[in-house]
Amino acid sequence: MKQMNVQQLNQLIPGTILLEGHASTLYTKAFASDLMSDVLRFQMEQTVLVTGLCTIQVLRTAEMSNITCIIFARGKRVSPDMLALAEEHHITLIESALTLFEISGRLYQGGLEPVYR
Amino acid sequence: MKFCYEITGGDFSAGGSASSQVKKTLKQFNIAPQVLRRIAVALYEAEMNVVAHAWRGSMCVNINVDHLSVVVEDEGPGIEDIDRAMEEGFSTATEEVRQMGFGAGMGLPNIRKNSDEMELTSTPGIGTRLTLTIRF
Ligand SMILES: Nc1ncnc2c1ncn2[C@@H]1O[C@H](COP(=O)(O)OP(=O)(O)O)[C@@H](O)[C@H]1O
Ligand SMILES: [Mg+2]
Repeated sequence: MKQMNVQQLNQLIPGTILLEGHASTLYTKAFASDLMSDVLRFQMEQTVLVTGLCTIQVLRTAEMSNITCIIFARGKRVSPDMLALAEEHHITLIESALTLFEISGRLYQGGLEPVYR
Repeated sequence: MKFCYEITGGDFSAGGSASSQVKKTLKQFNIAPQVLRRIAVALYEAEMNVVAHAWRGSMCVNINVDHLSVVVEDEGPGIEDIDRAMEEGFSTATEEVRQMGFGAGMGLPNIRKNSDEMELTSTPGIGTRLTLTIRF
């Protein structure tokens, strides 16, 4: 199973790393969704969340489901509130101008797996 | 050990702070990470239901030796048909709720999945009460 750290996975996109939380975490999976209720249904350890939703609830969802890396797609800008919550919970934040589809494609090609098959 | 938190209906920016507090508190105990995640997810969906569907409410958690018991109570419109509300995909959420990433009707089914015992009762026009037990 392919494992990569934040720097390695960001090279696949590449986006802007706003905040580096758990620098030592190795990621093996990715999940793309704008629906937080869906994110909360799966085991998310070592999983990167890719989303076009840019609200404080994305951070709360990450906190509850142990997600430590979020990529915001389509040029969505993280608010100061979101940044503060991410800092508190050591969550890595990446902004990218690419679409959800393209980011997902690049991560998949790079070797990340879906949360289930 | 018992803790209670207030939940304000419609306040999406504060939604999740009660669950966050509980998770923080429980981290000090020797609880398996998987169990802690199940608790956090169930509490958060329950808290967001009060934020999304009710006027005001509270979350009380009681930390026991081998399990957590939770009561989430609210004043709000209540639920007419509990069985229907428990179905996957049933939702009366507003557009605002959907824009926050909720309102797909997956909350209650997921709360049930993540808890060992769940009881949901409601009086339409008065409010709703959810009790959960999650064993450590
Ligand atoms: N605390 C509550 N007060 C009133 N109605 C509720 C409450 N919790 C849930 N409901 C009703 O049950 C439905 C299903 O809830 P849920 O499965 O969490 O999905 P969602 O919140 O995404 O709509 C809601 O759309 C709402 O009609
Ligand atoms: Mg819900």
